[in-house]
Amino acid sequence: MSQTIVVDGLTKSYGDLRAVDGVSFAVEEGEFFGILGPNGAGKTTILEIIEGLREADGGEVSVLGLPPWPRNPALLPRIGVQLQSSSFFERLTTREQLRTFGSLYGVPATKADAMMEVVGLADKADVQVERLSGGQAQRLSIACALVHEPELVFLDEPSAALDPQARRNLWDVLRGINTEGRTIVLTTHYMDEAEILCDRVAIMDGGKILQMGPPATLVRDLDAPVRISIASGTLTEAQARELPGAAEVSDDGISLVIQTRDPSTVVSAMARMEALDGVQIHGATLEDLFLTLTGRAYRA
Amino acid sequence: MSGFKSLSWAMYLGFRRDGRAMFFSLLFPLMFLVLFGTLFGHATTAKVKVIEIGSVPVLDQAVRQGGADLAKVLTITRYADRSAALAKVGKGDQDGAVEQLGDTVTVHYSAADRVKAGTVQSIVGSIVESANVATSGRPPTFTLAAPVQVEDSSLKAIQFITPGMLGWALSSAAMFGAAQTLVSWRTKGILRRLRLSPVPIRNVFAARVTVSLGVALVQTAVFLFVAQLPMFGLKLSGSWWMSIPVVLAGVMAFLSIGMVIGAWAKTQDSAQTVIQMVIFPMVFLGGSFFPLDNAPQWLQTVSYLVPLRYLNEGMLNVMGRGLGPASALPQIGVLLAITLVASLVGIRLFRWDDS
Ligand SMILES: Nc1ncnc2c1ncn2[C@@H]1O[C@H](COP(=O)(O)OP(=O)(O)O)[C@@H](O)[C@H]1O
Ligand SMILES: [Mg+2]
Repeated sequence: MSQTIVVDGLTKSYGDLRAVDGVSFAVEEGEFFGILGPNGAGKTTILEIIEGLREADGGEVSVLGLPPWPRNPALLPRIGVQLQSSSFFERLTTREQLRTFGSLYGVPATKADAMMEVVGLADKADVQVERLSGGQAQRLSIACALVHEPELVFLDEPSAALDPQARRNLWDVLRGINTEGRTIVLTTHYMDEAEILCDRVAIMDGGKILQMGPPATLVRDLDAPVRISIASGTLTEAQARELPGAAEVSDDGISLVIQTRDPSTVVSAMARMEALDGVQIHGATLEDLFLTLTGRAYRA
Repeated sequence: MSGFKSLSWAMYLGFRRDGRAMFFSLLFPLMFLVLFGTLFGHATTAKVKVIEIGSVPVLDQAVRQGGADLAKVLTITRYADRSAALAKVGKGDQDGAVEQLGDTVTVHYSAADRVKAGTVQSIVGSIVESANVATSGRPPTFTLAAPVQVEDSSLKAIQFITPGMLGWALSSAAMFGAAQTLVSWRTKGILRRLRLSPVPIRNVFAARVTVSLGVALVQTAVFLFVAQLPMFGLKLSGSWWMSIPVVLAGVMAFLSIGMVIGAWAKTQDSAQTVIQMVIFPMVFLGGSFFPLDNAPQWLQTVSYLVPLRYLNEGMLNVMGRGLGPASALPQIGVLLAITLVASLVGIRLFRWDDS
């Protein structure tokens, strides 16, 4: 497998602010790679350096074996970019928008029109972009990034401003294009999105990568306790503490939460006491990982 | 030219669907053309009021012979008191006073209204001249209809209103077009998006210039069509076609100026404000609203610094004054020079994005 992107020791400062502070990673061909972090972590800056929109202060970047800076016309047709803020031609309809972007890459109109189906905007073909909803505009922006069938796709917070249903639709679209063999690099501040979509994620904060790997591995290696919650009143806190394997217990008046590293023992004991009313079991998430790594709760 | 055609099309559609741009670049100046054309289009040299001090036989004779024709351009009031008459002229109530001492006819006028003063002089001049012809006993070559000839048809107001209003329309459309496109494409990230496409940036600019030139030719066609309607009565002279290269050169000059403003301005609003501030003095000093020929000297001098002057003058020469095609060449040269300088500045100031 060849490496589609290689980033080594990347740095970028805005004045005194080190927005990107010595970042290194590589993305394999066909991989779905996520950059996860709160706002201001430096995700967009990294992406824009890789895309060739910004010049790095230091470090090496190679994209499909080529340097992206200065503007490299040999590279550009092979990458597709959805910028964090949608950018459309003014007063053009969805169809015209896609055809115009397509024609910049020599894509015929019929193929551009087909892109509307892919992102579910066929019924908005004749609507001017100014009148699209936030989610529709976001999908159009992604369609514009994909219209020339690039090998490598960059998506900067593609699901921002989408409602839950639209997010799920988007995830299907993205999985689809990744299955076709395209490499995708996505930034997000949604933990669940990264866990569901990405083969590998880099967790960032303050311009640095804190940890990198497949989401499941990262979470498993964290070895964090599992949380079992039941309706308050089903068991008293004292009873819960007696359960074999229960490490910590708390009750906020709505739910009683038991933390444990041995969930199967706890749950079977609860089953014997017929105390499984409204039971929910939460494994550790990337959120817990972030908390462990930075010592503060994750806030997007 | 990859991307050129589709970008031109995208820009054209964007313009056509922009009601404000359509209004301000086409309808608004056209309204002024219609307004001024209706008010003054047929006005020839306006009627002048003259005082006859005491008795001026030459004038009396001319009135007897010229009758209705002369009455169309001249209103005569008799005054016996010379100083009262001169005071009237001095105050501008009357445009001139004529007195005759023996064989000498004197015209008094005030410099307050140069146009009327000129008219008084030329009318009385031609009256005296025809009187001389009559006295010499030879059959008069010129009749007293002569004063009517003072108004040369090429000086009809519509002949200069048309290029003036068109120059205003062209320059504001080009400046707004270039600056707005540049600022909105930069702030909305379209420039960054285009930078990520393989299309060379010069094709993006070429598309913008082409669309603007197309819009300008449509503006020109509409203006000339409307102004030539019988109610306005514009008469195009033989080499009017030469106004097309003038228009193209002028639009390129104003596009480059707009590009400088657009590259400099941070927001749409500031670009708009600056252009408004530029356009207003420009249309006055550049001779869009009144002919510079009759303007005070200082204004004529200042007008040489105003780019619009060259566009207006170039068009006026070939479409209004009926001069030959070569008469617009100096103006075209100046406009192209402005284009060159402003483009170089614009390219230096150009930014892909705001950060
Ligand atoms: N053009 C810029 N000028 C100055 N500071 C910037 C600029 N762009 C981003 N920053 C700062 O750099 C940091 C990283 O920003 P960014 O890469 O946009 O983060 P993210 O995409 O993870 O939210 C932030 O603190 C942001 O305020
Ligand atoms: Mg960002």
